[in-house]
Amino acid sequence: MTRYFLMRLGGAIPTLFVIVTLTFFLIRAAPGGPFDREQSLPPQIMANLQNAYGLDQPIWVQYARYVRALGHGDFGPSFKYKDFTVTELIGQGLPVTLELGTVALSLALALGISIGIFAALRHNSPADYATMSLAVVGIAIPSFVALPFLGLVFGIYLHWLPVAGWEPDSIRHLVLPVVALALPPLAYIARLTRAGMLEVLHSRFIRTAIAKGLPLHTVIARHALRPALVPVVGYLAPAVASIMTGSLVVESIAGLPGVGRYLVQGALNRDYTLVMGMVIIYSAVLIGMGLVADLLYAWLDPRVRFAR
Amino acid sequence: MSGLWREPGRRLRANTGAVIALGIVVILVSMALVGPWLSPYDIEALDWSHVAAWPGMAHAHWFGTDRLGRDLFVRTLDGARVSLAVGLVASAVSLSVGVSYGAVAGYLGGRTDRLMMRIIEILSGLPLIFFVIFLTVILGRSETLLFVSIGAVGWLTMARIVRGRTLSIRQQEFIEAAVASGASTARIIVKHVVPNVLGPVIVYATLTVPQIILFESFLSFLGLGIQEPRASLGTLIAQGAGEMEAAPWILLVPGGFLALLLLSLNILGDGLRDALDAKESG
Repeated sequence: MTRYFLMRLGGAIPTLFVIVTLTFFLIRAAPGGPFDREQSLPPQIMANLQNAYGLDQPIWVQYARYVRALGHGDFGPSFKYKDFTVTELIGQGLPVTLELGTVALSLALALGISIGIFAALRHNSPADYATMSLAVVGIAIPSFVALPFLGLVFGIYLHWLPVAGWEPDSIRHLVLPVVALALPPLAYIARLTRAGMLEVLHSRFIRTAIAKGLPLHTVIARHALRPALVPVVGYLAPAVASIMTGSLVVESIAGLPGVGRYLVQGALNRDYTLVMGMVIIYSAVLIGMGLVADLLYAWLDPRVRFAR
Repeated sequence: MSGLWREPGRRLRANTGAVIALGIVVILVSMALVGPWLSPYDIEALDWSHVAAWPGMAHAHWFGTDRLGRDLFVRTLDGARVSLAVGLVASAVSLSVGVSYGAVAGYLGGRTDRLMMRIIEILSGLPLIFFVIFLTVILGRSETLLFVSIGAVGWLTMARIVRGRTLSIRQQEFIEAAVASGASTARIIVKHVVPNVLGPVIVYATLTVPQIILFESFLSFLGLGIQEPRASLGTLIAQGAGEMEAAPWILLVPGGFLALLLLSLNILGDGLRDALDAKESG
């Protein structure tokens, strides 16, 4: 098990390295630079700036310097936010983004799995059809449409929750963004769980378990759930990707001080180091989730452990 | 259409939800195609006597106007036209790349297959949204490039599906017969493999179109997609979200249109999948 995990971890580092390299050269290939303004700067000042940030060096030297600093955990200074390092900027916003994302993912998993089991147990009943139709709606409607709609209903008309804005330690401000972010993966997880559950419920070992007189909930919890959740585990990394992508816009609509804005703004401002930092953080989260999914696979389905 | 399609066609017609969804898609698409042309308003025409007008029959703008007095209905339909065009072109790009890649990998097999699948595995581990964002920043705001770059990242799943089917088709006797009669590898892939994978390809393509429309709206929402004065549904929703309190209809008209379009396309895609592949329904 440990060996299996180390093997997967070893595979993750080259992937991250490829991402770092690709992003580094892609973003520098974009026309324009971080110090372009409406009025062009005097050449001496420009040269000084370029020199101070090492931009006057050949690109290979810049790349080598960046990777070496990265090895020491240093993301470098931001080009746009003058007095901040990338680590400080991301460090301030990341807790908000992480809180939003973790709560949304947990909500999607908890509710999605429960709804999926519920629908599978009432296969072909009106309740099944109703939940699955709702699931199609949930999958189809993106979070950047759902959030303004929710804000309109619960914020502006009903006055139950704030439409936008953020206060430290305030849960009320997170409710609508979390719900909007969680809905598409929630609906998808419900569908996957239902399909997985239906398949397992028709298998012989479940029939045996029921035949020997076990109560239904024991059969579900002990026997059916583990194999039924395998497709959900396969969806974990895509779910995290969908939540991360969604949080880019959800944060901006809801006015949350997360890190989402740094990615697009950073790319538009050619704030090279900030963009790189964001890409590294997001990729690491995504790859980490892939690793967690692999481990869960091995736990849910013992065959994975032994098939190399 | 040959007899091969009769049975799936019957199953699709029996699926009420899918038929209604198909009807809605047809109506929405024809509205988007014909609407802006029939309407007395231009997408850029400003009507200063009706700025941010409520929807209603009292004036000529039944679905209201935006902050600049532009007719919201025409702008929504034109935005839908842009979104649909992106959806179709980008899906076509991802479809052709995915089908050829998957068919070649699956048919050739062996080391080539392993290498090609390894590349897909690495690519699908990358957060592709970032690369689309970078591509749009690097390449500038060209609509054509937007189509291509979205399509270029959407082909991975299609390639996997096609490869899976090709692996089983390769074992069948008609392929053996084609090889025995001296057909070249390229000819076998084009004439014998690709036509036989079309079923799942059509299904997946139907589900790709709404995904790509969604993706484009997302990019436009971030300000990276379609630029003023043209608008896609995403840019219109972004404008509407900013004015939600004072003028909710600026959000509701394009938002509702996008939601309805994506919903019907998804239901239609699910219906097609059930109709073409009876095994997976249930």
